[in-house]
Amino acid sequence: MLMSVGSLAVMGLTLGSVLGVASRYLAVEENPIEAELQAMLPGSQCGQCGYVGCAQAAAALAKGEAPVTLCPPGGKATVEALAAKLGVKVDLSKVSDSGPQIAEVTEEICIGCCRCMKVCPTDAIIGAAKQIHNVIREACTGCSSCVDVCPTEALGMMPIPVTLQHWSWPKPASAHH
Amino acid sequence: MSQAFGMPVAAPHTTTTNSPGRIMSLVMMALAPATLYGFWLYGWPAFYLWLITILAAMLGEAFCLRWQNRSAAPILQDGSAILTGWLLAVSLPPWAPWWIGVFGGLFATTLGKQAFGGLGQNLFNPAMVARVALLISFPVQMTAWVGPLPMFSVGAPGPIEGLLIVLRGIPPALDAVTSATTLGFAKTELSRGVDLFQSAVHTPALSFFGNRPGSLGETAAWLIAAGGVAMMALRLITWHIPLAMLAGIAIPAAIMHAVDPARYLDMGAHLLSGGAMLGAFFIATDYVTSPNAPRGQLIFGFGCGVLTYIIRTWAGYPEGVAFAVLLMNSMTPIIDTYFKPRIYGRDSKGKPLQTAN
Amino acid sequence: MGFLDRFLKAPSWGVHPEDHKRPAADAPLRIFPTPERVFMPLHQHVGGVARPIVLVGQKVLKGELIAEAQGNISAPIHAPVSGTIAAVGDVTAPHPSGMPFKAITIESDGANRWIDCEPLADPFSAAPEEITKRTAAAGVVGLGGATFPAAPKFALGKRLKVSTLIVNGGECEPYLSSDDRIMRDYPEMVVDGARLVMHAIGASEALVGIEENKPEAIAAMRKAAAAFPEVKIRPLPALYPMGSDRQLIKVLTGIEVPSDARAAETGVLVHNVSTCAAVHKAIRLGQPLVERIITINGGAIANPGNLYAPLGTMIGDLFTFVGLKEAPSRIILGGPMMGTPLLHDRIPIVKGASGILAFNAAEAFVPEAGPCIRCGNCTKACPMGLLPLEMAARIRVGDLEGAEAFALSDCISCGCCAYVCPSHIPLVQYFSHAKGELTAAERTKLRTDATKRLAEAKAARVERENREKAEAAAKRKAEREAAKAATAQPASVAVEKTEGASA
Repeated sequence: MLMSVGSLAVMGLTLGSVLGVASRYLAVEENPIEAELQAMLPGSQCGQCGYVGCAQAAAALAKGEAPVTLCPPGGKATVEALAAKLGVKVDLSKVSDSGPQIAEVTEEICIGCCRCMKVCPTDAIIGAAKQIHNVIREACTGCSSCVDVCPTEALGMMPIPVTLQHWSWPKPASAHH
Repeated sequence: MSQAFGMPVAAPHTTTTNSPGRIMSLVMMALAPATLYGFWLYGWPAFYLWLITILAAMLGEAFCLRWQNRSAAPILQDGSAILTGWLLAVSLPPWAPWWIGVFGGLFATTLGKQAFGGLGQNLFNPAMVARVALLISFPVQMTAWVGPLPMFSVGAPGPIEGLLIVLRGIPPALDAVTSATTLGFAKTELSRGVDLFQSAVHTPALSFFGNRPGSLGETAAWLIAAGGVAMMALRLITWHIPLAMLAGIAIPAAIMHAVDPARYLDMGAHLLSGGAMLGAFFIATDYVTSPNAPRGQLIFGFGCGVLTYIIRTWAGYPEGVAFAVLLMNSMTPIIDTYFKPRIYGRDSKGKPLQTAN
Repeated sequence: MGFLDRFLKAPSWGVHPEDHKRPAADAPLRIFPTPERVFMPLHQHVGGVARPIVLVGQKVLKGELIAEAQGNISAPIHAPVSGTIAAVGDVTAPHPSGMPFKAITIESDGANRWIDCEPLADPFSAAPEEITKRTAAAGVVGLGGATFPAAPKFALGKRLKVSTLIVNGGECEPYLSSDDRIMRDYPEMVVDGARLVMHAIGASEALVGIEENKPEAIAAMRKAAAAFPEVKIRPLPALYPMGSDRQLIKVLTGIEVPSDARAAETGVLVHNVSTCAAVHKAIRLGQPLVERIITINGGAIANPGNLYAPLGTMIGDLFTFVGLKEAPSRIILGGPMMGTPLLHDRIPIVKGASGILAFNAAEAFVPEAGPCIRCGNCTKACPMGLLPLEMAARIRVGDLEGAEAFALSDCISCGCCAYVCPSHIPLVQYFSHAKGELTAAERTKLRTDATKRLAEAKAARVERENREKAEAAAKRKAEREAAKAATAQPASVAVEKTEGASA
């Protein structure tokens, strides 16, 4: 009885001190996760999260100051990836994912002022002065910066249209539970 | 004509008529001859105990389902609770008291199965979980075996008398019938220092017809094996687990018996007694708790067999099938992870095959 | 093959669904009368969408090019009837989503007048590339259902020096008999087409695999191929999915196609019997692919059988022709194992439509899914050697990467697993869902990477512009200062002087 209690205590003490020493001497100076987190973010520096850019948002995420749900353009996929990387549990059903969205120009109202082009972080809007602008769907990150500067509300956000090629079967409704 | 169908149904648009209910029913039919023979051999008490155990297993399942606010009737119809109760019943001493059946049946389906999430989720074979729980909790009742006293023979209890035996216990007048199983007897004698050459004279005779003490699923080894072969013919199970398990018992038994016949029972005694046959064909082959791929099944079966032999020969209990199966059940996820079937166009490690040219 | 041999070599995979092929397969082929209107979709094949080259109101002849191929993998579209272009617009696609796609509507003039066809006089003395070119121009695609354009496959086969052409007459899907019918009624076309394909790819032999449940087709094909020893008819055990490329190759040649390779890389190429017949028509008759044999079958059909119908015909028109016993409870494009459920019957038939099934209520019944009992039947049935139960269990809890680790991407969606599942779990839907999600995630990642590069480029550009502006401004300022200093030198002295004076 005494023997087993004693040996367990000794083992605990030894291993504990090893861990303590290791944590002091093997401590990682800087946070390498920051770069990885930044790679997961869209990189459009749109600022919708409240930080100046994606690098700052990644830093805040790494410090645990920001929730993994901070990035609206990233959608559910980004939340999932961030949560997996940071090892946090997140209820995805509560993440308001309007689906990835992209900007669209209503051609009747566009006056060709070029303001949207200037703020677009990815050069996804093409056009010239006094010409109707257009959004290149493949390049738009859905940051909605252009919507804010449009003087005529010609720019709006819309979900990326589902096409025949992109459609996929929904997950079967589980009969069990 | 134009019509809309709403949400489309994914292919395939045709399906088998098979169902879990059909599978369970066929397994029960394969188990029926041995069970009926057991009823005849051990009389009415065995039948009542069988009935009580099955009803208790169903009650346990129904209770858990109602507790989760799910309707019990459709799920009970899949027959899995009945089969669990049945398998437990045929592994019990045939004249065990009623509360053994009740406790075992309830334990099997509540803690053995529903606690894991119901059909298909349990890690361990529910019937064996219950049997082991009973064996540890009630060693006296669980090792009180009776010699065969065939139904309608002189001195055999009638329907009413049989019911009283199950409800009130074995009356002193019938005490003479209690006996030991082959394995139990051999073990007790060995522990007293009597070697097998001397004790063999008194050992309850091994008989192909199972005319000796044991549980319902133990005595009629050949009927159990026949049921197992029938299940293979119906493609309910494959040969891998049963053959590997029997080999796992037979090979060490043959070796050890050759080394020292005075201490180790021969291969036949090991294969035909205890739960070897029942375990190989009906217990270890349980879909839920055994590996899925052929190679894994061979390892699982062989492991069950070897562990059974080890427990029988060197551990405290005379019979080891239940323990062996439970131990191997815990290995199933690991076996499944490491022994997957080879994928078309890939080698056994999962790497794409090399192109020939 | 001896009995023992067959027993030992019998594949361990696959299922035996009830085949329901007769009486439809035995009914004589019927010619579907020219419909009033056809809707010719622009995307009936794998690859780029064809680009329309006709205008509304334009008169076209049967077989006239109305949309041209775009990109390397694509196929042109031809008018299936003679008449007038009525519209270029949306029709419902033969797709479970019921989403629309573009199609060219042609009002038939009823005359069914062909364009002037230009057959190739002596194809076997022509260059193989000529066969490939004409096949491409005729819009021939894989008619077994995969609809991969035939010509690029020929070119690939030629480049990789394929020695064996496998002609797929397996038709293992229940209910369907269009390949059976073409082999029974036009075996010479199939054999000639196969020889043309061999010529195009430079193969030395053709193995025609036909399931044993089609004895009439086997007999007809043997007769037609008697004069050509290089075309070998090989009966196959009737087993689903025998008509799947990889399984067929393994059974006929013993070759196992590596999971990351195409069949052609192992020296074999598979083409369907109907595709071979279409190649025959394209070369020998100069006719593009505008018609096909299609099976109309199922419990709701009054007179099931095979129809020879123009592409673009509405499914509803075909139903009217064969008669409906009752309103169909489910309409399926293709066979019951892999077919596409359709939302209604106002959908045109396409090149890959081997059959349309109209199920009655009993056939369409879907048993409720139960929990997995790990019986392993799916594992035994899977022709790819996968573990469907393990993949589905992971997908059910959202672990798509976990499913991918079990080689989900190798799944051919044949449906064997879901067919044999006693608990009727929609396994194929789980896999289709997961594959779709994984593809979407991959697409999103590519997109994110691309937009990130764009954002970085813009940021760099803005920075450069600002710097240049600043530099330019600084330069201008410096120049101005310098100029000012130069011109104002005396003046400043004067100022200084005055300042000094004032001070």
